[in-house]
This record gives sequence, structure tokens and C-alpha cells, in this order.
Amino acid sequence: MRCIITGGNVKVLGKAIHSLSRVGDELYVEPLQDGLSLRAVNTSRSAYACFLFAPLFFQQYQPGGQGSGSVAETVRCKVLMKSFLAVFRSLPSLEKTVEKCLISLSPRASRLRVQLHCKYGVTKTHDLSFQECESLQAVFDTEQCAHTLRALPRLLVDAVVHFPLTLAEVTLEVSQGGRVNFRSYVEEETEPSRMMVTELCLSEDEFQAFHVQQETRVTFCLKEFRGLLSFAESTSLPLSIHFDAPGRPAVFALEDSLLQVHLVLATLSEPDGSSQATNGTPCPFAPAYDFTGDDIDSYMIAMETTTCNDTGRTKQLPSPTFPLRCTSPNPGQTDSDQEGAVPGTPPQKKFRSLFFGSLLSQSQSLSHAEPSQEVLAEDSEGEA
Amino acid sequence: MPLSTQTEVGDDDQYVLVASLDNVRNLSNILKAIHFKDHASCFATTNGLKVTVENAKCLQANAFIQAGIFQEFVVQEESVMFRINLAVLLDCLTVFGTSSLPGTSTALRMCYHGYGYPLMLFLEEGGVVTVCKINTQEPEEMLDFDFCSTNVVNKIILQSEGLREAFAELDMTSEVLQITMSPDKPYFRLSTFGNAGSAHLDYPKDSDLMEAFHCNQTQTNRYKISLLKPSTKALALSCKVSIRTDNRGFLSLQYMIRNEDGQICFVEYYCCPDEDITESEL
Repeated sequence: MRCIITGGNVKVLGKAIHSLSRVGDELYVEPLQDGLSLRAVNTSRSAYACFLFAPLFFQQYQPGGQGSGSVAETVRCKVLMKSFLAVFRSLPSLEKTVEKCLISLSPRASRLRVQLHCKYGVTKTHDLSFQECESLQAVFDTEQCAHTLRALPRLLVDAVVHFPLTLAEVTLEVSQGGRVNFRSYVEEETEPSRMMVTELCLSEDEFQAFHVQQETRVTFCLKEFRGLLSFAESTSLPLSIHFDAPGRPAVFALEDSLLQVHLVLATLSEPDGSSQATNGTPCPFAPAYDFTGDDIDSYMIAMETTTCNDTGRTKQLPSPTFPLRCTSPNPGQTDSDQEGAVPGTPPQKKFRSLFFGSLLSQSQSLSHAEPSQEVLAEDSEGEA
Repeated sequence: MPLSTQTEVGDDDQYVLVASLDNVRNLSNILKAIHFKDHASCFATTNGLKVTVENAKCLQANAFIQAGIFQEFVVQEESVMFRINLAVLLDCLTVFGTSSLPGTSTALRMCYHGYGYPLMLFLEEGGVVTVCKINTQEPEEMLDFDFCSTNVVNKIILQSEGLREAFAELDMTSEVLQITMSPDKPYFRLSTFGNAGSAHLDYPKDSDLMEAFHCNQTQTNRYKISLLKPSTKALALSCKVSIRTDNRGFLSLQYMIRNEDGQICFVEYYCCPDEDITESEL
């Protein structure tokens, strides 16, 4: 892979890296035919971000090996976020001094080279060691989300700025009446004396699009959202928020002819009793009971794209989508099952792991755990 | 008793060193540029004051404050030498704060009675006087790097601006900073080899940052990054830096620093190269 980025786009790339660094400790670099994809996932797998830079974004873009462009030679890899971020650390100096950025991935030399051509003819060459890896593929479909909001990033930046930096999660509440509320999420155990709740109300007119089918509230992490917002603000592209019932992931998307950004955040499952919105979630796109139809699932699963026997396993599994919808009326039970099944991921705040949620819920609904599923889950945790 | 110290001031003859300065920052800023160890040796001659700090027997930093910087600089003996705690000295020099508000400057009068006596500082700002007595220590023998300009193989003068960012962003997980100077490509290269990979920074010889380029032979030497990192402080203050290596690979970094009154001072770093360099790593 080899690509050249010039002018202001270098800063856009830098901002994207800063935004991705809010999500994960590793950066997944995947040169695709339709652009360069940079992705990150957090350790608890409750947040995933993907930036896809279209070939037009680059002055030159060769996804494959040198010149050949063949898909077979495509290498995907991951690098330490810290080391990649170091290259783009200072955004002002990136803007001031860097004229051209060249990124090349050469599996033979086993290094990812980032070369910055700066003012005064100075060249900075960073050779980063990388690890070859599977594709980090999140599967989600914004079409299946019941609710969509779209607004200019400025509006959301102005809304979020009022929340204290220490606040971990924020609740987004929408009603059909056209009210959009952002409220600090406070854990139930918090002493009332230490509580500070910030609440902010926006009206429907401030949004470019407002498609809400019923009153819903979802709670998600602020840190990653803030990261995306600062990127969105610099591009001024409208930000779409696709969400569904509590516990189902929320997808934040930016789109342009040059780039596509998706941030998928787990939302907090509502405790029993207060999930009246959950039950009523309509399923307009009832999934076909198709074993290969994973991509219509709004949940994310880790896809082992290159290992062929994994594909085989996936095919044995029924689509995770279908059973999930069956279990949605009793999310509490699902959670307890998750705790038992994944000892390594303490679901402290009942955030479902975006990657495993579907598989585990499914095993519960099938009333017997398939051993192959567990293997798949463990593999993907270790490698992906 | 403050009065008794004031009477001491009256008689300058008993001091081997008396120096006065209208703006103490002209001294304190430059001392900060070499403050990476707490102890410094001071040498005063009629030419001025030289303050030396060393580290690990491999690095020496010298700050030169020539007599002209001071409004008064009197040395009674051929040379006056003492060792002092630099952290304490800096604390005293900045006792009125470090901010550089226009129109406010701290005046300094510095007196030294001689061997066995404390260094006396009188600082005055806005009519308030602070008197400091800092105990001096036994002078120690300093390293002699024997860095002689006739042995210099390669020499580059750069505008500091071009190095500042490079030094600020040095990959500190790398143990060494490798400096390549060559009459051919890559001309001047700084390299680090850290946990995450390597980084090379190349400066072409015709760059606008390059004030002078006199390289006679290709030299690649490694220096402990932990030793060179403190020179960032001097770099930050400086406007130009001269980078020289001699035939043994010893490195000399000379920083030209312009103070608030437009006068020029120099800070100089000498560093030994790392010995264990293998061909495969080059």
C-alpha cells in the first residue's frame, strides 16, 4: 500500500488519528479498494470507530502492492496508537509545516512508513513496526435503527461542552414531541449528596433531520463521542446519530465524498421495569433467517475474514439477529448470562460488549451453549 | 540583622567578585538552560562568568555570561571559582517571580568574598530588597573534553526553529539519538530507534534553515538520548545552533541565545558518543 496526502488533508488525517486515539490503543490500518480504512476498538469492545478515506482524498492511492494493485497482496495491520499518534501529535505544526505525507506499508520490509515532507525541505520518516492482523470488521446497519437525528456538529459541540470532563456517560433522550435532551448519567449507587446532574434541552428545529418513532433514551460514553465531535467540527459535516432501544448500539456517522466516518458505541441496557421503550421497539426490517446474513445485524461481531474454518463456523451459527430480538424483553437475564460467560469482561455498567453481545445472547436463547461459539469468541478477543 | 549586611555592601574591596545586573532574567534564563543537575561550578574571570554542569562524566554544559552583560563586573583575582547548588541559586534569582511583565525587572547585585564564604545575592524589585546567602562548596575538577576546533570534521549551523520541534518530539523510548553528518545524502540526519519503530529526520544542506554546512566526511555517531534531552531547554531559548563533531565523534552543540536586551550569550553542550555501535545497526 502506498498513498500520498497533501495540503490540508494532512491535518484532516491528523485529526482523525486524534479522534481514533480516544477510542483504542491500537490502530488498524486496512488498505481497501475503495479507500484507506483506519479503525480502532476499545479494550472492552464497547466502542468502535472507523474512518474510511476515499481514493480521491489522496493525491495518489495504491491499495495493493507496489503498482500491481492486486487484492491478494493487500496487507492489513495494526500499529500502536501511541506511536502513530506521535507522528501527528501537534496539529498546529502539522498545518504549518507539513506539505506532504506519504504512507506506505510494505510487508517485506515489515514496517509501516509514514513520511512527512515539511517546510524547508525537512523530511521526517517514521518507520513503525506493525503486526499483521485480521480485519477488524464491525457489522452494523444504520437502516435498522429506529431513530435518526442529524445536526451540524457545532450544535452538539455546544451541547456537550457543558458536561464536566469527568463525566463518563451521557443520556440522550428523545420524544416524538420534538424534544431532545442530553443529561448526565449518574450511577444509581452514587450518593445523592455528591450528585451533579446537568441537563440540556434542544428542540427539533435545531436538527437537520429528526426521525423519532417513539420516546427513547440511550446512554453512551462521552469520551469517544467528544473525540468524534472535535473531528466533525473541523470538517463541518453534518453528524447523524442512529440509535434504537437502550442496550442496542448507537451509530454516529459522518459522510462526504472523500470520507466516511462511523463511531459505534454501546448503550447502557436499561434496568428491568424502566425499559418500556425496549419492548415496543418495532422491527420493521425483520431479518430473514439467513445464516450468511450477518451484515443485516445491527450488532457487531468480530469477523475472521481470512481464516476459512472460521467462516465455516459462522455459517453453522444461526443468525444472531433473530434470537436477539426474542431476548430483548428480558435484558436483565441476558446480562447475568453474559457475566457468567465472559469472565474477562466485567460488565460493570451493563454495557454489552459490541462484539460478543449477539453471540452470547444467542446462546442463552438457544438454552444450550455451543462450544464452537465460545472458541470463536475467545479467538477474536485474543487476536482482533 | 539586615542592617549589618547593608554595611557589608558598602565596602566592595573585600569581595573577590562583584557583579551587578539591572535585569536578573538575563542571568537566570541562561542558567535555566543548563539546569539538569543540581550542582554547578562557577568560574569568573575578567571576561565574564562561566557556569558548568556535568552529567555522568559524559556530558558537560557551559553557560557563558560575558562581562558586558553585567552593568558592573569586577574580579579581584585572576580567576574565582566555586561550586554551588544551582537549584537554590535559581530559586533565589527568581525570588520575585519569573514573569516578564513589561516595566518590571529585578536588579541583582552578586558578591563573593572568596573561598569558604557564601555567595551573597541582593535582589531588588520595586523598592523591596531580598538578601540571599548561598553556601558555596568545594570546587571540583571539571571534565576536559579536549574539543579542539582543528579536529572538527563536520560542522553545521542551523536556525534553532528547525530543531526545536524535532527535539521536543524525540522518541524517548529510544536509548540513543543517532546523528549522521555527511557531505552527501542524507547530509544531516537525526535518528531514534524506539519501541514502536524508528524515526529519521533529514535536513537537506540547501534548506533555508541551514546557515552553514561544512561536512567533510560521513560520520554516524550515537549519543545517549537521556543526556541530550536536557539541551532542549537551551534550544528553546536560542536562535541559532552550531552542531560540530570532531574526529573522535565527540559532539559539540553551541546555542546562541539573545537575551531580553538583545545581547548575545552562548550555551555549549559537549557529549561523548556511545561506544557500542555495531555495523548491523547502522
